[in-house]
Amino acid sequence: MKSTLAKRARKKTPKPRSNGDFWQLRLYVAGQTPKSIAAFSNLKTICEQYMAGKYHIEVIDLMKDPALARGDQILAIPTLVRKLPHPIRKIIGDLSNTERLLVGLDLRRA
Amino acid sequence: MPKGRPTLVCGGAGCGKTLFAIEFLVRGATEHNEPGVFMAFEETEEDLVKNVASLGFNLARLVAQKKVAIDHVHVERSEISETGEYDLEGLFIRLGHAIDSIGARRVVLDTIEALFAGLPNEAVLRSELRRLFSWLKQKGVTAVITGERGQGSLTRYGLEEYVADCVIVLDHRIINQVSTRRLRVVKYRGSLHGTNEYPFLINTDGISALPITTMGLEHGAPTQRLSTGVPRLDTMLGGKGYYRGSSVLVSGTAGTGKTTLAAAFVSAACARGERSLYFAFEESREQIIRNMRSVGTDLASCADTGLLKFHAVRPTIYGLEMHLVAIHDQVRKFKPRIVVLDPLTNLAAIGDDSEVKSMLTRLLDFFKGQQITSLFTTLVAGDSPIEDSQVGISSLIDTWISLTNLERSGERNRALYILKSRGMPHSNQVREFRLSKQGIDLIDVYTGSGMVLTGSARTAQEAQDRADVLARKQHIERLRREISRKKQAAQAQMAMLQASVESDLEELNESLRQELLRTEQDVSERYLLATHRMADKSASTNQASGRRSNSSRLRNPPAAPPNRRSVLDKRNSR
Repeated sequence: MKSTLAKRARKKTPKPRSNGDFWQLRLYVAGQTPKSIAAFSNLKTICEQYMAGKYHIEVIDLMKDPALARGDQILAIPTLVRKLPHPIRKIIGDLSNTERLLVGLDLRRA
Repeated sequence: MPKGRPTLVCGGAGCGKTLFAIEFLVRGATEHNEPGVFMAFEETEEDLVKNVASLGFNLARLVAQKKVAIDHVHVERSEISETGEYDLEGLFIRLGHAIDSIGARRVVLDTIEALFAGLPNEAVLRSELRRLFSWLKQKGVTAVITGERGQGSLTRYGLEEYVADCVIVLDHRIINQVSTRRLRVVKYRGSLHGTNEYPFLINTDGISALPITTMGLEHGAPTQRLSTGVPRLDTMLGGKGYYRGSSVLVSGTAGTGKTTLAAAFVSAACARGERSLYFAFEESREQIIRNMRSVGTDLASCADTGLLKFHAVRPTIYGLEMHLVAIHDQVRKFKPRIVVLDPLTNLAAIGDDSEVKSMLTRLLDFFKGQQITSLFTTLVAGDSPIEDSQVGISSLIDTWISLTNLERSGERNRALYILKSRGMPHSNQVREFRLSKQGIDLIDVYTGSGMVLTGSARTAQEAQDRADVLARKQHIERLRREISRKKQAAQAQMAMLQASVESDLEELNESLRQELLRTEQDVSERYLLATHRMADKSASTNQASGRRSNSSRLRNPPAAPPNRRSVLDKRNSR
């Protein structure tokens, strides 16, 4: 199911248009847990709502590539890492709190 | 360490938690072939490798050999915001991956409490940690989790509630400006553990813990005897010297020859071909060798052959425990049969009495366990009683020799006596302890006339005594000669008296003979006269009987000698 998630993510991600206003996001999950699925769908909703066409979501399943956890210092699952724009931000949890997610993504001032 | 279970190591800052954990991993990897994972929450990989290199661990090599995996977990709160539910599966995966990649049997989490600072939701964290520890148990790895010591609890975040199998507390105390690290096993499920605090050390070989005392008194008691290096002293100690494996204390005031006595013992050991280790806390190796040469003890040749090793350090260089470990180390490496500590008193300066005593007790236990004969010297202050060993170990000592200075008539003389010597008849007498170019000599002190004299006073008194004896001898000789003269005189007188008696007797006999002759002549004259007168026969017979009675009267002279009497008798019977 994870692969379907990832496929879905890629399918729905349009090509980046400009660097200055582009979100490169990476979602770390571990298997198809309810939290992971919830996180993905929440993220999707927000992205479509606030930055349609200006984002790229990469889903990494640590169950498959445990070595990748090291690179981004992942502890908690699920973790959303905002690679772009800088600075790097990490948002942990199932992203159910939309307010906090927006703040975390710098889409809204706290 | 409980295998396959998590252990919590907690303590304040700088007490050696990380080091303890690293050592656990490194020893596992190098000695027990158990690879390990080090999950660092506080230090980066490079820092760790650098820091422990100073303790002799080559982590980089172990990592390259895939015996140790280091994973630095960095948690930065400012980077993290929290939206909704989450768990720490990521940590599990990382750890699981690291464990699987090298087949680890050991895991260290240092310091997992850093997570509490990085992650805001404590409730989640706690439940996740609980899950982590049971997961580690399931994996069958032996884990060490370090934690900061908190106020009123063992760890700041109450980790001990989760990791309950074994808890070790490390401590770091400073007493008299010297720090001592201590270790205590607070709990250890399913094991009999010592509950005391054990001092431990961190040196170039890592951590070494030292039990306060050995559990029992079970060391053997060899009956072999060792020469003290001073023949007269051997004689005083039942004729044979110290027991092997015994402990000898030489106490004395300044300049009484403690080091000299120790050197003599070491020198004798070298002559027997035994190894000796000399811990000098006051003098350097060269100094001792030079000084001992002046009293005829050649330590240089012993040191050259490798039978004697000096270890000269200032006592204040490190704490008592460190000294203990240093001594342990040296003894293990050199394997001596004899160890000298000169002097103990300096060690006492860096710790309080009970610490010194505990340290020395352990030291003595160690020596006895190894059957090493140990000789300690201790300085006694001039005004304190000689029985005061300063360091309170007199009861632990087997043979105690006391050296003192006796001051009299303007000179100091060294004196030696044996305060105690277990298991052998020993002399109770004071000996004068004399150092000369020829070496150490023990001389009987002068004990006549109710005095104890040493040095020149003894020499003078002995000369006086010799003169007295000579005078008495001469007096007796004179008396003897006088008596013999008197005897000779008496004998001469006796001979004179005898001679005068004999001359008297001779005179008497002469007169008797003349008397006899005269009588015979008288008779014959009368006979002639009678014949001439034609006297009748009866008259002549009367005359004959008369003559006979006359001669019988003559037979009784008392002083007459027997030969003379017999002559007379013969004559009469004729």
